Amino acid sequence: MLELRNVTKRFGAVLANDRVSLAVAPGTIHAIVGENGAGKSTAMRIAYGFYTPDQGEIVVEGKPVRMASPQDAIRLGIGMVHQHFMLVETMTAAENIVLGAEPGSALAFDLAGAEARIAELSREFSLAIDPAAPVERLSVGQRQRVELLKALYRRARVLILDEPTAVLTPQEVEGLFAILRRMRGQGKTVVIITHKLSEVMAISDRVTVMRDGRVVGNLETRATSAAELARLIVGRDVLLRVVKAPARPGATVLAVRGLRTVGVEGVEGVGGVGGGAGGDGARRLDGVSFTVRAGEIVGIAGVEGNGQTELIEALAGLIEPASLAGEIELEGKDLLRARGARGRREMGIAHVPEDRQRRGLVLAFDLAENSILGVHYRPPVTAGPGAVWLDRAAIGRRARQIIAEYDVRPPDPSLAARALSGGNQQKLIMGREMTLPPRLLLVAQPTRGVDIGGIEFIHRRLLALRDAGGAVLLVSAELEEVTALADRLLVMHQGRIAGEVDPARASQEEIGLLMTGGGGRAAPAAESGQRQEEAGQ
Amino acid sequence: MSDNEGPAAAPPPPPSSPPPPPRSRLAGGWRAVASPLAAVLAAFVVGGIVVVAIGDDPIETYKLLLGSALSWPDGIGYTLFYATPLIFTGLAVAVAFRCGLFNIGAEGQLYIAAFATAWTGITFAGLSPWLLAPLACLAAVGSGAAWGALPGVLKARFGAHEVITTIMLNFVAVAMASYLTQYHFRKEGDPILETVPIGAGAHVARLGHFLPGFPERIPLNLSFFAALAACVLVYAFLWRTRWGYEIRATGESPLAAQYGGISTGRQIVLAMAVSGGLAGMVAINEVMGYRYRYYDGFSTGYGFTGIAVALLGRNHPVGVVLSALLFGVLLRGGLFVEIFTEHVSKDLVLVLEAVIILFVAAEALFRGGGLGLPRGQKARPGTPGTTL
Repeated sequence: MLELRNVTKRFGAVLANDRVSLAVAPGTIHAIVGENGAGKSTAMRIAYGFYTPDQGEIVVEGKPVRMASPQDAIRLGIGMVHQHFMLVETMTAAENIVLGAEPGSALAFDLAGAEARIAELSREFSLAIDPAAPVERLSVGQRQRVELLKALYRRARVLILDEPTAVLTPQEVEGLFAILRRMRGQGKTVVIITHKLSEVMAISDRVTVMRDGRVVGNLETRATSAAELARLIVGRDVLLRVVKAPARPGATVLAVRGLRTVGVEGVEGVGGVGGGAGGDGARRLDGVSFTVRAGEIVGIAGVEGNGQTELIEALAGLIEPASLAGEIELEGKDLLRARGARGRREMGIAHVPEDRQRRGLVLAFDLAENSILGVHYRPPVTAGPGAVWLDRAAIGRRARQIIAEYDVRPPDPSLAARALSGGNQQKLIMGREMTLPPRLLLVAQPTRGVDIGGIEFIHRRLLALRDAGGAVLLVSAELEEVTALADRLLVMHQGRIAGEVDPARASQEEIGLLMTGGGGRAAPAAESGQRQEEAGQ
Repeated sequence: MSDNEGPAAAPPPPPSSPPPPPRSRLAGGWRAVASPLAAVLAAFVVGGIVVVAIGDDPIETYKLLLGSALSWPDGIGYTLFYATPLIFTGLAVAVAFRCGLFNIGAEGQLYIAAFATAWTGITFAGLSPWLLAPLACLAAVGSGAAWGALPGVLKARFGAHEVITTIMLNFVAVAMASYLTQYHFRKEGDPILETVPIGAGAHVARLGHFLPGFPERIPLNLSFFAALAACVLVYAFLWRTRWGYEIRATGESPLAAQYGGISTGRQIVLAMAVSGGLAGMVAINEVMGYRYRYYDGFSTGYGFTGIAVALLGRNHPVGVVLSALLFGVLLRGGLFVEIFTEHVSKDLVLVLEAVIILFVAAEALFRGGGLGLPRGQKARPGTPGTTL
């Protein structure tokens, strides 16, 4: 159906694809896996006409083709759903689907005819959407269906999906997989790029593994295992499961009581410049209470945008105290009004932020300068009266130590942080924050965009901190990650804790239900009772 | 999430000679200098075409321009004298820029500073030079810093954009200095709008005073060395102190700065104050080293040319010195081109400056980087010969 033969693509000095050959059989679901930078997306962008290969050829239905642009790919029946949706928010689903391929003549736009066809396609592939709804009102899962319909509307026979599950809840993932299986049933061919092995095992018929720009494996899914795939992906044995000793929780480190955001305008970030957390109505905290003890990892699961970001930023001192009500205590000491971001770090609160590129690093600074962000104003990295002078030797030592210990690549302290891959940026931040050393670590999406080897490494570090008696608050959209690491798991929904579950026992469905607000009626009631109690104090 | 497999994500090859961390912008070595240099060369080519079109010989014109600017002692003396205020204002703009701020108010800051310096020199004229000169310098830096801090406070406190406020404050500053001069400090019966002279104790010595064979009529004075010292200090401040670290972090990424416990509002006020103080140091050259009084309209747009100087110098102290020297050459040479060529006027210099800025700005634009650099800062109020 779709075939790449010895495709080579170079970007400057980097060989992104090195004689890549892969064949996707018609009517199958074909997974492409590999670490970041392995060349998966490049290969698929070549197949979609986004890039032209330097060497090699693309074969569609047995015929070698030349594609100058995605338009050519669409004409050949190849469709692609990008990870970041390309939809016009203010237009309806139907308008988005036909955009660029409007039916009727130039003068008479036949929207009714288009809607009829969309309805037909939705039925055929069980892609339920409301064609008249503006895209801005659709959920992420629904938007993805609009993207799928967009491709199908253009009569795509091969659909390439780039990391389609990264933004979905577990239920939505199941829904998507059902749709993909149905498409396969109707004779469509699906190529799915992912780095989640469980998904590969669950959905694909064949799998191509890429590493360092080359294809290192072409396997029948039934005849392989997640462990074998992981080994091929990383090039060595990888521990897929998180192995951890039982937690030995100690005294309460962090206590949060009735924390909520106040103000109509939303949340004001500190400093008044650049802003902290954005403040549309849904992204609020609405009476959050919990504790984290020494020597345990408390996980927070939830669909993104349900207040997790605000919670972490509030705890890290990145939201103006005036925008918050309730209590935050670290080892019995009030934080909310007493300490800003700097003071909290001095008390041993480290923070690995969700947005590592804008929050966690100054991309234009080199690794050495980034390695001292947050402690840059005091010894040992400063010297002289008033700690005015940056001690370059000390900074260099610190940077080299973090780089060595956290395997940051390339290991050059004078390189700009911008030049690192996402995984290495994350390792640098982890290293910096762990060097504090933290009594409480706030960590959000620690392994987002990090490849398998890096994930294993980061997980081990988090557990090591826990076992050394550190308190960890972990926010992750990856349900697998948060259930594997957390000793206790809280689920957030619409700015509240929708429930607490035992991560070792709770099923994905149970957690997923809490994430979408479908949890037991009891939980919200308990929350509101607690809020009244707070108000009474 | 997504595979960042494009060229953007590719780690660039490590620099051939690893500089010590944290490295300066100039550590990029040749690459940092190449594009401003190319812009300058391109400007001379374009200027040459203009000269041919007007009907003169470009080679002769450029020979005249450079020869008159680099002759000893007058050429070099005046070139350095012209470059001095531009080093100060270039540094001023560069420091603000490192904090992500666009200080268009250097002109107003230096006017306020010049008046304050003159006022100090007049009011305390009786003091010994050992007291008066430092006091007048302090007045220059302090008043400039205060006037610069004002838009900083407005931005940090109320979010008022510094471009708007600094432009408005320029008018206020110039008008205020004129008003005070006109009604309170004007020399009796003087047809020119200027104050009475400052006390001799506030004079900064001219170079001719020390340098045998260097005529004292050339106004080049010790301020030039103050400007060079300011470059060293600005470099040390920005890259060697924690304050500079905080200012640069704020400029590069306010969100990351806040994360690092940096009060971004405070950095904005600090950066604007330092910027204003540097602009104010122009007064040391102009009032204490050259005219010995406040003279209305004394600045030929130093504050605005400083933007161009900083831009060409890539907001780095070393770059600022080099580009200020270039602008000094152009200012000095332009006068001779005006007088000694058949057709070319000194507006040729404006053409050269404009093309340099255009190329530098275009390059910044194409790199996709930059902070929306200003383009065409050529509308310099008060510059003789500026036409639209």
